Amino acid sequence: MSDSTTTSGGLDIEKIRADFPALHQDIHGHPLVYLDNAATTQKPWAVIDAVRSFYENDCSNVHRGVHALSQRATVAFESSRTAIKAFLGARDSREIIFTRSTTEAINLVAHSFVRPRLKPGDEVLITEMEHHSNIVPWQLLCDEKDAVLRVAPMGDDGKLILEQFEEMISERTRIVSVVHVSNALGTVNPVEEIIRLARDKGVPVLIDGAQAVPHMKVDVSALDCDFYAFSSHKAYGPTGIGALYGKRQHLLEMTPYQSGGDMILSVTFDRTTFNEPPHRFEAGTPNIEGAIGLAKALQYIETIGIDTVQAHERSLLAHATEAILEVPGVRLIGAPQHRAGALSFVMEGIHPHDIGTILDQEGVAVRAGHHCAQPIMQHYHLSATVRASFGLYNRVDEIDALIKGLHSVREVFG
Amino acid sequence: MSDLKDLYQEVILDHNRNPRNCYIMDGASCTADGHNPLCGDIVKVYLRIENGTIEEISFQGQGCAICTASTSLMTESVRGRSVEEAQGLFDEFHQMLTGVAEEQGVALGKLQVFEGVREYPVRVKCATLAWHTLNAAMEEKKEDVTTE
Repeated sequence: MSDSTTTSGGLDIEKIRADFPALHQDIHGHPLVYLDNAATTQKPWAVIDAVRSFYENDCSNVHRGVHALSQRATVAFESSRTAIKAFLGARDSREIIFTRSTTEAINLVAHSFVRPRLKPGDEVLITEMEHHSNIVPWQLLCDEKDAVLRVAPMGDDGKLILEQFEEMISERTRIVSVVHVSNALGTVNPVEEIIRLARDKGVPVLIDGAQAVPHMKVDVSALDCDFYAFSSHKAYGPTGIGALYGKRQHLLEMTPYQSGGDMILSVTFDRTTFNEPPHRFEAGTPNIEGAIGLAKALQYIETIGIDTVQAHERSLLAHATEAILEVPGVRLIGAPQHRAGALSFVMEGIHPHDIGTILDQEGVAVRAGHHCAQPIMQHYHLSATVRASFGLYNRVDEIDALIKGLHSVREVFG
Repeated sequence: MSDLKDLYQEVILDHNRNPRNCYIMDGASCTADGHNPLCGDIVKVYLRIENGTIEEISFQGQGCAICTASTSLMTESVRGRSVEEAQGLFDEFHQMLTGVAEEQGVALGKLQVFEGVREYPVRVKCATLAWHTLNAAMEEKKEDVTTE
């Protein structure tokens, strides 16, 4: 094996790959090449062991328990909150709310922050490159409140047209909700600039960071965004858990999201006093093992170093972008200068779903479809694309396997 | 690659490249729209049924090779048949793809080329979308058909 495949940007790939058990298997007689990381990532032993250890040793419900197991579970759960705070650069762990996912975090902001402020004719501003999870909650809310959902356009290069975005922030805009990194195109949005433009007009900003957190340093204090959402499972942690960062001053003013146990201070049949944030927004028994696994995943990334991960993935993307264009008939979708994690492409005369099936026969896992971002597909007049997305454990020779697979696709289709 | 040749047989590739009966029909007696949300395949089936017989059938749509070829071959298979015969053919076709086929009641003929799809469970919907849509057109269902 050449040096270029064992180390990349200071990262010892083989050592890292040994940490991920699921990577070491054959699919249809070929070694698995996992390039569907934007859908979900594989999990390292550290995460698997942490979840297992919780059930083996500390399994108990959190908060209020006086016995030893409950205290251990509570400490582990709340330490995870502190770990997320540190990872995101938040100032106070009470600004971190556990959710099921990025989707739920966006719904929480829509319901508890924006809904009470939205009047008929008010506006919600998103962009053309949002995932459905950052479109549909706003559509429902705007329908309910007779408000207007405005969509800032992107160019054919898959980049947000910043001038138009700026013009669309109006006196009626109550929230700007923008994706940090596009899941379908890999475009990295200039969120610093977006936040500054919105803040200049006094408009709060929510950033959907599902595809950013695994790939780059995110510092919510430096960004000065009002809300930031991400999911654990796209960052090497368990599924079913995510987190929402929200500025303390907002959280204190916000009404509950779901209601029930754990989010209350006292309940009588006449009246309920709600708990303080973050607990006010965490009704019911939480995903305890998920929180513990997520903290381990973030710790795993930190041990390698997010900058090292970013440098490695950049070199993979650069190689992939170049190599893929050498396959006859391949066209990349979007050409942003700043791309992270994923690239989308189509092949002349061959449907992405057929490409996905043929690649799978060679052990290469990619995604074919609309990637839950149908407006992006509509922009390019496509029904679907093939998306290859990378993680910290991918190697250069896996891109070669992808390219070889694409040549097989051409062979099958003649 | 031998497995893939079972899925992407020459007949399928040919019908994908040059789909038959692919046009908008004027004066259709019934139509239906089908949609596969998983991969975005869409198909519209047009029928001219006279005295219980499918005299003319055509389609428009976009989809993967399996979906397009299946729709094209379906139109060839059911033209000239009665509505009941077409439904019988669908049952037989569906059974072949879902692996519960025992004795064949109706000869599938060219449709046999889709047998390989059985080995690719996520692709079965691609092959059956056209048939579900045909069924809806024959039953004159008003709502769109989806494979989900």
